[in-house]
Amino acid sequence: MIRDPKDLQRYNAGERANHWVVGISFILLALSGLAFFHPAFFPLTQLFGGATWARILHPYVGVFMAFFFVLLFLRFYKLNRMTDADREWLSRVKEMVDGDDHNMPIQGKYNGGQKVMFWGMTVCMVLMTVSGLFMWRAQFAVPIELARIGAVVHAAAGAVMIALIMVHVYAAIWTKGTIRAMWYGTVTRAWAKQHHRAWYRQMTGR
Amino acid sequence: MALQSLDIRQRSATTTAAPQARHTIEVAKLIDVSACIGCKACQVACMEWNDVRDEVGHCVGVYDNPADLTENSWTVMRYAEVEQDGKLEWLIRKDGCMHCTDPGCLKACPSPGAIIQYANGIVDFHQENCIGCGYCITGCPFNVPRISKKDGKAYKCTLCSDRVAVNQAPACAKACPTGAIHFGSKEDMKDYAEKRIADLKERGYDKAGLYDPPGVGGTHVMYVLHHADRPDLYSGLPVNPSISPLVALWKGAAKPLATLALAGVALGSLFHYVMKGPNEVSKEIEEEVEKEAETEDTK
Ligand code: HEM
Ligand code: SF4
Repeated sequence: MIRDPKDLQRYNAGERANHWVVGISFILLALSGLAFFHPAFFPLTQLFGGATWARILHPYVGVFMAFFFVLLFLRFYKLNRMTDADREWLSRVKEMVDGDDHNMPIQGKYNGGQKVMFWGMTVCMVLMTVSGLFMWRAQFAVPIELARIGAVVHAAAGAVMIALIMVHVYAAIWTKGTIRAMWYGTVTRAWAKQHHRAWYRQMTGR
Repeated sequence: MALQSLDIRQRSATTTAAPQARHTIEVAKLIDVSACIGCKACQVACMEWNDVRDEVGHCVGVYDNPADLTENSWTVMRYAEVEQDGKLEWLIRKDGCMHCTDPGCLKACPSPGAIIQYANGIVDFHQENCIGCGYCITGCPFNVPRISKKDGKAYKCTLCSDRVAVNQAPACAKACPTGAIHFGSKEDMKDYAEKRIADLKERGYDKAGLYDPPGVGGTHVMYVLHHADRPDLYSGLPVNPSISPLVALWKGAAKPLATLALAGVALGSLFHYVMKGPNEVSKEIEEEVEKEAETEDTK
């Protein structure tokens, strides 16, 4: 269990647990939601003990996740305020995607892309929760027009959100040395210096 | 092979073709509103034949009883007192599923085989495949399906598909004492309606006509109305019903396209990794950091 004591702490245990609770809930929601989204995905209902169970469970998992997302939001929103450096970073994101980060502007704890992701997910989460409640016929009877709008918004925001999460997960896989931040909370100094130099300086005083 | 009268034309949440070799005639129920006396024999016959019993309710001040369709009342009589040109009319309409040619319920349903449209035009709910999501309610332009509080399944008029399968008219048509409910091929029903409309016109109802709304491709329950120009007078029968544009958008081409886009994002990520390689910490920075650490140690 001895890790390099020079590693930098990026997330504490509470932050990591909160993130995993939201992440696991999201996967359950995406799988059960897609099952109703299009017949091609309907077999996914078998993962939940059958289609009726998937229908019953999905909204409860949704409300559960919404609650924990609010906590996650409160932990991180201050760190995700956009700055000019972020906008500069975003305008040159193509270089980054090409795998060349030499000329990218120096970033703090989060880069512009991560911040856009944060706010995109926040907007989607609000849309998903409100529209999901409109669709929840077993609990609420809303006027029919609202239920219809809810269905359209839920399906559209759901697709956008699944795409965002895929990019989010891929970015973590692509950037080596990142995933450990969500397992046990630390990253190496070199990782920090390369990807988030301003944060590195703030943490190490260099 | 099943009974020919139960051949399937459309099945919910199914993207491949239904069997099409045999051609069955389309059936229809024609409700002649002008001949209805509001006795509710049809309501009783429906409960009897289908073995459903609603709770005994209470009087809500009008004859409507029960006051609305429920999972146990698949048809209800609606009574409207309408004053036009100083004349009071009592317009009574038998409400229930219209068995649309283009059924919004079936379009919206996410569960394969929970909603079936037979080749004869009858739209039937198969509760054993129903998951209770209520999408059929969201899709229906006539506000017909109801979810049971007991079992969470959706119910509505079956047009007595079980009776029709063995060449019997629906229970309501059989029970109606004035012959206001007719049943037969859709063609025959239209022909008969024509005669009734001519008769009504002769009696001064010059706006009499057939209600077979084209917005849902026509229906397999049709009305003869004395005021066909004003269907809304009959307890809010929709004037020009069609599947809501929101439902069409929700269940349209956007979904397969979104599915492709999601597959694109997943595959795009994979190929990005394969073609650009991982984003690793550079050797240079690793050495820099090591040196920094050494100077720190010597301090
Ligand atoms: C946050 C609270 C949420 C609530 C209350 C909620 C509620 C619902 C409800 C009631 C349905 C209809 C099926 C059913 O009754 O089970 C549904 C469908 C669906 N949900 Fe959610 N949900 C939520 C979050 C999510 C999330 C995070 C996703 C992830 C992508 C998601 C994806 C979907 C999809 C794709 C559908 C199918 C939509 C369609 O039929 O077009 N939901 N949701
Ligand atoms: S009236 Fe409603 S429930 Fe009946 S077939 Fe049409 S859409 Fe379906």
